[in-house]
Amino acid sequence: MAELQFREAIREAIDEEMAREEKVFIMGEEVAEYNGAYKATEGLLDKYGYKRVIDTPISELGFSGIGVGAAMNGLRPIVEFMTFNFAVLAADQIINHASKAGYMTGGQISMPIVFRGPNASAGQLGATHSVAYDSMYAHFPGLKVIYTSEPDDAKGLLKSAIRDDNPVIFMESEQMYGMKGEVSEEEDYIIPIGKGKVKREGSDVTIVAHGKMYHVAKQAAAQLEKDGVDVEIIDPRTVKPLDLPMIVESIKKTNRCVVVDEAHPFAGFAAEIGFLIQREAFDYLDAPVQRVTLPDVNAPFAKNLFDAWLPDAKNVIEAVNQVTYRN
Amino acid sequence: MAKKKADEVNFAPRGIGDEKDGAVQKGVDLPAPTKKKHKSLGLSEDDLKAMYEQMYLQRRFEERAMQQYQKGKFGGFLHLYIGQEAISTGTVFALNDDDDIITAYRDHGWGLCRGITPDEGMAELFGKKTGCSKGKGGSMHFAKTENHFWGGYGIVGGHIPIGGGLAFANKYNQNGRISATFFGDGAVDQGAFHETFNIANLWGLPAIFAVENNGYSMGTAARRHTVTEIVDRAKAYGMKSKVVNGMDVFSVYEAMKEVSEEVRDSSEPYFLEIRTYRYRGHSMSDPQKYRTKEELEEYQKNDPIERLKTYLKDEKILKDKEIEEIEEKVEQEVLDAVEFADNSDFPDESALYDDMFAEDEPYFHN
Repeated sequence: MAELQFREAIREAIDEEMAREEKVFIMGEEVAEYNGAYKATEGLLDKYGYKRVIDTPISELGFSGIGVGAAMNGLRPIVEFMTFNFAVLAADQIINHASKAGYMTGGQISMPIVFRGPNASAGQLGATHSVAYDSMYAHFPGLKVIYTSEPDDAKGLLKSAIRDDNPVIFMESEQMYGMKGEVSEEEDYIIPIGKGKVKREGSDVTIVAHGKMYHVAKQAAAQLEKDGVDVEIIDPRTVKPLDLPMIVESIKKTNRCVVVDEAHPFAGFAAEIGFLIQREAFDYLDAPVQRVTLPDVNAPFAKNLFDAWLPDAKNVIEAVNQVTYRN
Repeated sequence: MAKKKADEVNFAPRGIGDEKDGAVQKGVDLPAPTKKKHKSLGLSEDDLKAMYEQMYLQRRFEERAMQQYQKGKFGGFLHLYIGQEAISTGTVFALNDDDDIITAYRDHGWGLCRGITPDEGMAELFGKKTGCSKGKGGSMHFAKTENHFWGGYGIVGGHIPIGGGLAFANKYNQNGRISATFFGDGAVDQGAFHETFNIANLWGLPAIFAVENNGYSMGTAARRHTVTEIVDRAKAYGMKSKVVNGMDVFSVYEAMKEVSEEVRDSSEPYFLEIRTYRYRGHSMSDPQKYRTKEELEEYQKNDPIERLKTYLKDEKILKDKEIEEIEEKVEQEVLDAVEFADNSDFPDESALYDDMFAEDEPYFHN
């Protein structure tokens, strides 16, 4: 195992796949000469040149569509968004074209494309830079959605995403790029899309958490341990396809579940998981499933309001206390 | 009605600025057609016969489709290309067969021209499994990618960047192919158009972008939805451009031949405003109150098919009887296609889940 920053794991995945396959290229704002807004693509321009590491103007709709057309015509684009908050401008290409062109032409078109970049909030950036979009994309048929929490997952899953012959949304976080973690040194390290991971084994309660919220859940679990509550954490890693069997297996053991999600509550990841658990594991539940999400409110700027807005370990502990009737 | 106050707030579109007494000019100004004859354009007599057959096929295919739609044989949208056949035909004859073509939802003519058979086309309209897109796309999503026809797309302007992407891949692979992206005049107001034009020139994409300006974006006259001539959009992006008479197949052929060679050699994008006229409504549900019958008849005097027929006769390339033979052959093909579509099966219910993902057994959430 090697200790890598999250951004280094991302870079290794891109670098290895570009070295492996000539058809892979990356484009996005500041990816080339600037070396990446968050340095995820640092050094790639020097290594691969202007043909395969391409700076775009600030035209998310335009360059995403060029990526879609290039994928249709035989290439394997990686389209980087400086944040998925900006990808809203490209929604027509992702939602109306990348996910649908193959189906509506009766399978004549394949779409091996990765849209990647940071998702959700990153501190006091205000209302328009703070939204988690993973559930929204997972809503649409034809897309695979990955939101990873640790460098090891990021490397193995990004390599899979780049090799996948379908459109894949791959999400990171500005606040995790500097985070270090052990990354497998296995040659050609691949993690299959759609497989979750038990990141902490426990017997009292299951917490389902992905992306940045995994780290909030981990903090909560450490504090709960001191109180004698043994938490199991499942990180689905892939939002869609969802590793539901892993979640259900865990609940059969713990009989209690809290879902932690960085999105707003309505029709989000937490809502979906809650529904699935009642359908698949109703008889195993000793308490109603609880969720910790953002409130149904835009991201505020003021520090105190922002802290109140973003889920934290305290919120998770409260939810665990509810499902374990420790109140 | 009370007289309008001079200072009354008014958001009536200003248009290009040629309005008279508040009435904006309708339709399009057709530039003069080329004076060249077929030999100096490099077209053989056989080419002309094939062009005539193709244009007549597109016309009759759609007239029969309209009939079948009215009979209730199929539903959905039906946007007819009638009047614009010279553009698809002149283009396909001018480009190489492996150049990439993509268009919007008025796509039947393009599909037929790029090798979708009348059977496959009509069956797609009927939503049958034998259709070119296996009944999954319908009228708006004809495609035949093996012939480099990437399809019809339903979001106005949404396929313009995709056409740029086809060109991007061609340049990346240095395969000598170019892309040609067609869209209606309504699409020139979309952000996708502008973003793509800027990027196409930034990266030197070997791409032709061509607006088929048929005078109307749905019910809004072209001259009411843009404040400059459409062709001038190119200037803002340093792109070469020209206006072409789209009612004359020789003019389209000549322009496409020249421009495609230039784009292929230079790897620079090019913008064409091809002026034409759609005879039918935007779709089948359009009452067409925004234009007069007289205006339609005025453009029909320039009918691209009649124009070529007259040329064939004047130049003594085909006799009346030979023209009739072509027309009868096409007529039969189209009638056979209707029968084929009618007799074909709908897709199996299991096909609902096919073609969503590349895998044989993909994950479906439920």
